[in-house]
Amino acid sequence: MHGRRGPAFWLLAGFFGLFVLFLYGPTLTILVLSFQGPTGGLTFPMQGVSMHWFGNLFEKQMVGDFAGSFERSMALGVAAMLVTVVASFSAGLAFRTRFRGSATVFYLAIASLIVPSVLVSLGIGLLFRVLGWDPAWYSSAFGAHLTWTLPFGLLIMFAVFNRFDRRYEEAARDLGATSWQTIRHVVVPILLPSLIGVGLFGFTLSYDEFARSLYTSGTFNTLPLEIYGMTTNVTTPVLYALGTVTTAVSFLVIGIALVSVIALRRRRERHGSDAGKAA
Amino acid sequence: MKRVSAWVTYLQVAPLALVFLLFLVVPIATIVVVSFFDYNTTQIIPDFLLQNYEELLLSPVTWRTYLQTIEFAAITWVLTLLIGFAVAYFLAFHVRSATWQTVLFLVCTIPFWTSNVIRMISWIPFLGRNGLANTTLLQLGLIREPLEFLLFSDFAVVLAYVHLYTLFMVVPIFNSMMRIDRSLLEAARDAGATGRQTLWNVIVPLCKPGIAIGSIFIVTIVMGDFVTVRMMSGGQSASVSLMMVNAMSLLQYPAAAANAVVLLLLVLFTVAAMMRMVDIRKEL
Repeated sequence: MHGRRGPAFWLLAGFFGLFVLFLYGPTLTILVLSFQGPTGGLTFPMQGVSMHWFGNLFEKQMVGDFAGSFERSMALGVAAMLVTVVASFSAGLAFRTRFRGSATVFYLAIASLIVPSVLVSLGIGLLFRVLGWDPAWYSSAFGAHLTWTLPFGLLIMFAVFNRFDRRYEEAARDLGATSWQTIRHVVVPILLPSLIGVGLFGFTLSYDEFARSLYTSGTFNTLPLEIYGMTTNVTTPVLYALGTVTTAVSFLVIGIALVSVIALRRRRERHGSDAGKAA
Repeated sequence: MKRVSAWVTYLQVAPLALVFLLFLVVPIATIVVVSFFDYNTTQIIPDFLLQNYEELLLSPVTWRTYLQTIEFAAITWVLTLLIGFAVAYFLAFHVRSATWQTVLFLVCTIPFWTSNVIRMISWIPFLGRNGLANTTLLQLGLIREPLEFLLFSDFAVVLAYVHLYTLFMVVPIFNSMMRIDRSLLEAARDAGATGRQTLWNVIVPLCKPGIAIGSIFIVTIVMGDFVTVRMMSGGQSASVSLMMVNAMSLLQYPAAAANAVVLLLLVLFTVAAMMRMVDIRKEL
């Protein structure tokens, strides 16, 4: 592993470079094409540069209900994020002790990951139909999204608690902290960066979820459903404009999460651990 | 140490367990029940019939579709495994500074956080009849006519799968590789192993859990997919889920449910076979 880099390194580095290009190339292309001039089409060449298609996006009659579906997806994403963080964290705490049924809950989480999304969607859709309830984005789709975000959250919390030093808690308890105080002032501050990570999973997995929304969102579309609907009947660069906007939102969320994790780490390096100092 | 009383533990796990119960267990049970129902053009009728399964399993279309889905899963599995292993290997063993490792790893994972539908759409300007690939090839004089198979074909479907899901291979394999004790590699070299022997006899066996987890993800995702097949094949290919979605749009809910049960069994058997290779709880 030491010394000069051999041909294997350059070969693999080249391969890695191509892989990254493969990952990002198409997205960058539609980013460029979304600024296509008003007369331009779905492919190159660019017929001038304009914001025409972004303007087009917000005219309601052109592309269905973009603004409404965007709002619903945001609300759903934030709700899924909050529930995922709280429920995964609390389940992570529970899984540190052996309890009856822990294996069942664990395998349910794994099952929730591996059962194809479309089956979950279909099942919830059928259930609501049989019961005579109307599916809606805030009820059935919310539950459907949680079956996707919670397993990720739980698995991350397992990994986090496996690396967590329990002596911090014991020290807090020895100093007379109640269990609630220990969690509130010791465990949560120490694990905050991981909890932000879980939140990021919760939000973006829900925000981008398509299959699990299909039979569960009822009358009003979420954003991925709206985009999918557009792909079948819109053949203008407005599609790319929509792609650019949603990708920008995703990047913004990732950016906020990364920046806050880095800021937390910096603060810790400056002050040492702030565990127990939180008011 | 004070023992946390049992009911606190149950209370802590209750929200999670409740979600899985209400939105996973009960719905799957509903699918199973409805798969035995009767139906006509307007409604579903509670009953206990095997007819939905008979119609499904006796149709050659079903078998062809299942074969095609398994074929997609197998091809995608091989490709993502090779690419994912190479990428993870580069990150774990050739990138030396921890900072660069983190940065490059993040670069690989960020697309995972963006919309799959958008990432599929973004292939249009590349693969279309007048897309970048065809234009370039025409200009280079390599082809005379635009290639038609690039977009809306099985090729495009597999390409999209690899594009969307290779990350699910990279992450667990990378995780396995980072846990390999570096002194093992030194020992292998000291014992006279060539680079290839070290790779094949030391690294690959130690990566098995990561490979198994990645494979489970890839296979279950591809087997349950219909969006990619529908969008990228332009309606020319089928998948089991697509068949189900089509039955749903014709309001043939019990038929779709029977298909769902068969698909679920297939997926569960495949995963059970792969799980034998790995204890997931040890990998976290």
